Amino acid sequence: MNQRHTDSIGDYLHNFPGGLKLKHHKALSCSKPLPAAEIPLSREYVVPITQHLGKPTEIIVSVGQSVKKGQALSKPGKSGQAPGAQVHAPTSGIVTAIQAMPVPHPSGLSSPCVVIEADGNDSWIKLEPVKDYKSLSCIELIQHVRAAGIVGLGGAVFPTDIKLQSTSCSIDTLILNGVECEPYISCDETLMRQAPERVIEGALILGHAFNITNILIAIEDPMDTCRKTLEKCIKQFDADDLITVVCVPMLYPEGGERQLIQVLSGKEVPAGKLPSAMGVLVQNVATIAAIHAAIIEGKPLIERLVTVTGAGIKDPQNVSARIGTPIADLVNYCGGYTPSVARLIMGGPLMGLGLQSDQLPIVKASNCILALTHANIASKQTEMPCINCGNCVNVCPAGLLPQSLQMVIRADNFEALESLNLDACIECGCCDYVCPSHIPLVDYFRYGKGEQRARAREKQFSERAKSRFELRETRLEKLKAERLARHQKRKQALVGSADKKDSVAAAIARAKARKQAITDQQASSRSNPENNSSSGSEDHS
Amino acid sequence: MEFSRTGAPHLPPETSVSSIMLQVLLALIPGIAAMVWFFGSGVLIQIALSVIFAVSLEWLMLTVRHKPVKIFLGDYSAVLTAVLFALCIPPLAPWWISLVGMVFAIVVAKHLYGGLGQNIFNPAMVAYVVVLIAFPLELTRWLSPRGLADAGALTEIPGLLQSLQTILNGQLPTILSWDAISQATPLDLLKNGVEQNRMISEIRQSPIFGSYGGRGWEWVANFYALGGIWLIWRRIISWHIPVAIIATVIILTLPAWLYDPSSNPIPLEHLFSGALILGAFFIATDPVTGCASKRGKLVFGLGVALLTLTIRLWGGYPDGVAFAVLLMNMFAPLIDRYTRPRAYGKT
Amino acid sequence: MTAAVIILTILALIFGLALGYAAIRFRIVGNPIADKIEAVLPQTQCAQCGYPGCRPYAEAIAAEEVEINRCPPGGEAGIKQLAELLGKEVIPLDEDVGIEKALPEVAIIHEDICIGCTKCILACPVDAILGAAKQMHTVITDECTGCELCIPPCPVDCIDMVPTKIDINNWHWHKPIPITTITDAGISSNIQSSEQSG
Repeated sequence: MNQRHTDSIGDYLHNFPGGLKLKHHKALSCSKPLPAAEIPLSREYVVPITQHLGKPTEIIVSVGQSVKKGQALSKPGKSGQAPGAQVHAPTSGIVTAIQAMPVPHPSGLSSPCVVIEADGNDSWIKLEPVKDYKSLSCIELIQHVRAAGIVGLGGAVFPTDIKLQSTSCSIDTLILNGVECEPYISCDETLMRQAPERVIEGALILGHAFNITNILIAIEDPMDTCRKTLEKCIKQFDADDLITVVCVPMLYPEGGERQLIQVLSGKEVPAGKLPSAMGVLVQNVATIAAIHAAIIEGKPLIERLVTVTGAGIKDPQNVSARIGTPIADLVNYCGGYTPSVARLIMGGPLMGLGLQSDQLPIVKASNCILALTHANIASKQTEMPCINCGNCVNVCPAGLLPQSLQMVIRADNFEALESLNLDACIECGCCDYVCPSHIPLVDYFRYGKGEQRARAREKQFSERAKSRFELRETRLEKLKAERLARHQKRKQALVGSADKKDSVAAAIARAKARKQAITDQQASSRSNPENNSSSGSEDHS
Repeated sequence: MEFSRTGAPHLPPETSVSSIMLQVLLALIPGIAAMVWFFGSGVLIQIALSVIFAVSLEWLMLTVRHKPVKIFLGDYSAVLTAVLFALCIPPLAPWWISLVGMVFAIVVAKHLYGGLGQNIFNPAMVAYVVVLIAFPLELTRWLSPRGLADAGALTEIPGLLQSLQTILNGQLPTILSWDAISQATPLDLLKNGVEQNRMISEIRQSPIFGSYGGRGWEWVANFYALGGIWLIWRRIISWHIPVAIIATVIILTLPAWLYDPSSNPIPLEHLFSGALILGAFFIATDPVTGCASKRGKLVFGLGVALLTLTIRLWGGYPDGVAFAVLLMNMFAPLIDRYTRPRAYGKT
Repeated sequence: MTAAVIILTILALIFGLALGYAAIRFRIVGNPIADKIEAVLPQTQCAQCGYPGCRPYAEAIAAEEVEINRCPPGGEAGIKQLAELLGKEVIPLDEDVGIEKALPEVAIIHEDICIGCTKCILACPVDAILGAAKQMHTVITDECTGCELCIPPCPVDCIDMVPTKIDINNWHWHKPIPITTITDAGISSNIQSSEQSG
C-alpha cells in the first residue's frame, strides 16, 4: 500500500461480529468463460414496472405501440413522490399487453408489467453516449444514471441515482463491492475477470465526477485470479494511485454494505444514517459496470450478468441475460434441469427467494438463478422449542438476540420488540442456519418487520383520522356557536324592540284612537260605508 | 415448471437438538468409564435405572400434556438429565433414590415449567439437591475408590450382581458393611479437617487423597475434562463457562494457598475433587438454564465458581456445585439482560 | 407511652402534609386513563359503540359506564389491548353492535348515480368526502376510516364498502405457524406424516 492512503479506510482489515464460514460452491459456474454470442432472443419479454425498492413508476407506452430496444417504458413517479427507477425495452418489438403478471416476489402476487413481443430486429433507439466523461459534473452524472434506470445490482435494487444524490456529491472513499459472500453466486467475479475495464473505467467515471480520492475494490480472499486481472487493468488505466484492490477474508455476510464498511474501516454506520454520513459510498461492481455502459455507450440498464447454477442445472454458467427474459429460457440455454431438481431460487441459498415457477421474468435484482436438489435444501423440519443455546447470538452480524426477538414476535408483543432493535436485522439467515431447534427465525423477523410497519402505518392513519375528526368537531362547534350567536342577535333584536313596547302600545293606542275616530265617524255617518278599507289595518294590529 | 414458494435460508440446518444432546452424552463416556473403573458397576446400574425412570416419566408427561411424544423423546434431553443425575449419586444408593430424583427432574423441574426449553432450573441438579436434602444418609454412602481398596483394603469393589442386589433390596455383599462403605469424600475430610485447625499436609495423609485431588476422583475429573474439551472442539458448548469457572477458582484460591499452604489446599485440589469439573463442562453449560451471550456466559461461570467456593468454604455442605448452579440459574435472565450485545450502529 | 403517641402524631402530621403537598404538586390535569383508552381505539369514529366518536367512548369506558367490547373496528385485538390496559378480562365482541371485518374497508361513491345531495358529506366524521351541492361527490380513499356512517343518509344508495386490496406494495410476510404450541393430535400426526414424506 502506498503512503498516500495512510490511516484511510482500507489500510487495515477489521472484524465484524458473528458470521459464518460456508462452502463456496462457486467453481460450478465460475470456471466457464462467458458465452461469446448473446443468448438467442426470447419470443416475449415481460418487464415489470417496479423492479426497484420504492414507489412505482408511471407507464408511458400503450398497447400496440412499437418500441425500440432501450426505449423507456416508464418514467419516474408523480411529482412529490420519491422518484423510482424507470425501465426500458429489452429489445425492439410491439407492446402486446400492459397488465398485472406474476413477478419474482415473496408474496407470489402480480404486479403491473409491460409485455413486449420481440420483432427479431433487436434495433436500438438512438444512443447518446457521453463523449468525454471528464466533462461530467456530479449532477449530470446522476441525471444520466437516472435516465438509464440503474439500481443496486447486488440484490437490494435501491435506485442508484437516489443513493448518489444522498451523498450531496461529497464523499472521500468509494468502495466497489465485489465480495460475493453468498455461496453459488459468481456473476460479479465473472464480470471482474472477464470485463475488468468496465469496472475500472466505471470507477474512474464516478471518481472523477465526485472528486473521490480513495477507491477500493473489495474482493474475497480466494479470488486470486480476479485480483491479478483487476490489478493489471488498473495499471492499464494508469490509476494505481487511486484504485486499490483489497482482499477480505471469506466470511458470510461480509458482502453486506454495512458489514463491508465495518471490515474496511473498523467503524459502524450509525443507526438510521447512510454510509455517506461517513463520507463513504459503496457500489456493487455490477452497478458500476452499468454506470459505465450508461455513460460510455449511452445504454440503459436492460441486461445483467446472471449466474445460473446449482446441482439442479445441467450446465451451470454465467450468462448475460436481458431483463424480462423468462427464467425458463435461461435454464434451457444452460442445458435444462437435472431430474432431481427440487427448488428454484432467485439469489443465493441464504437470502434468495424461492420462486413458485420458472415462467417469471429476470429482473434487475436477479443476480443468480439457483436450482437445488433435495440433497442440498432444508426439508420441512419439525420446529423444536428454543433451548437458549446462544448459537444465533454468536453468529448474528448485527449484534442482536435472535432468540429473544423470536420469542416476543411469536407473542406479538410489539411493545417489547421496540427495545430489541429488529430494524438492525439484515435478514442474512445466519441465525436460522445454525439454530439446532430449526426455528424459522428469519421468517419470524420478516413477519415482525412487516407487522411493525403495518402497525406504524395504522397508527399514523388513526392519528390522522383522530385529528380530522377533532378538526371537524371544532368546526361544527364553531358553526353551532356562530348559529347560536346569530340566533341570539336576532333575539336581541327582538328584545331590543321590546324596549319599544311603549311605542308599540302607543301605536296600538294610536290605532285604537283612529279606530275609535273611525267608528265615531261611521256612527256619525252610517249611511256611507265606503271608508271600510281602514278595517284592514285594524285586523293587522 | 412449478416449484414451492419458500423464504430463505434454503440450506439444510447444520445441527439439531437431538444431535447436540447425543454428542454431550458421547462426551460423558470417558468420565463414565473412569467412574466404573474406580467405583464399580453400580454406576452403570444407576445410569440404567435413572434413564428408564426418566424416559417413562417423560413419555407420561408428554402424553398427559398432548405433546408429540416421538419428537420430544427423540431429543434425548431426558436421557441426558438422567445420566447427569446418576453420575452425582453414590453408586450403591437404593433404586428409589433414582425414582424420586427423576420425578423431581422430569415432572417438577421440567414439565411443570413447560417442558424442553422452558425450565428455569437445571433438572438434574434439582433432582440431586432434593434427594441430597431429603435422604442425606443414602447420599453420603460413597464407596472407596478402587486404588484405595487395593492399597489399604478397606473395602472391595462389588461386582455387577452384588451391586444390583444392594441397589434393589438394600442387602450388602457379605464382605461389606454400611459403616465401611460410608466413606467420606476428600472434600468432607478437607472441610472437617480445616475446621478442626489441622494442617493440610496432615489431612492429606489419608489414603483417600491422590496426587492433587481425591484418589480416583482426580482421574474421573480428568476424563470429564477430556470429554468437555472434545465438546468445545466440536462447538457443542462454548469455552466461556468452563474457562470462567476454572479461572475463577484458580484465581481465588491461588493467593490463599501461596500465603499459607498449610491451611489452604492447592487450587488443583479444589478443581479435581468433587463435581467441579463435571459441573464446569456438563452442568453449568446446560443452555436452557444458562446465559446466551458470550459475556453472559462468562458472568454465569464466574458466579457458579464464586458460589461453589463460598459453599465449600463457609457453607454446610462439602461440595456446592449443585447449589451454585441452581442459584445462578435464577440469575441467568438478569445476566442476559445486562450483557446484551450492542446492536450494529446503535450506541 | 406519651412519647409514642406524640411521635406517632407528629409522623402522621408530617406524612399528611407530604401527601397533601404531593396531591397539589403532582395533580394530573385531564383524564389520563381516557387518553390511554383513546390511544387504543382505532379512531374510526364510526359510533357503532353508541357514542358519537372514539373519544366519548373512551371517556365512558374510563368512567366505567360501558363494557370494553363495543368496538367492532378494534376487534378482538383491540379488546385484548383494552383488557390488558384496564386489568379486565378479555370478553368477546358484542355482536349486537357489529362484527369485525376480515379486511379493512373503504367507501366508494358510484359517481354516475350520485345526485350531489351533500348528505354523506355531512355524515362523514373525518371529512373524507369531497363535493358540493348538485356536484358529484367522491371519497378520499386515503382518509376514509370505513365507518359506514355515510351509507344510511344516501337517498340513492350509491355508496358501497369495498375491502382494501392487498397488493405487492402493502403485502407483508405472514406469521410462521409454530408447531410446538399446537397440541392437538391432529397436528402432531400431521408433523409425523410430513416427517415421513420428508
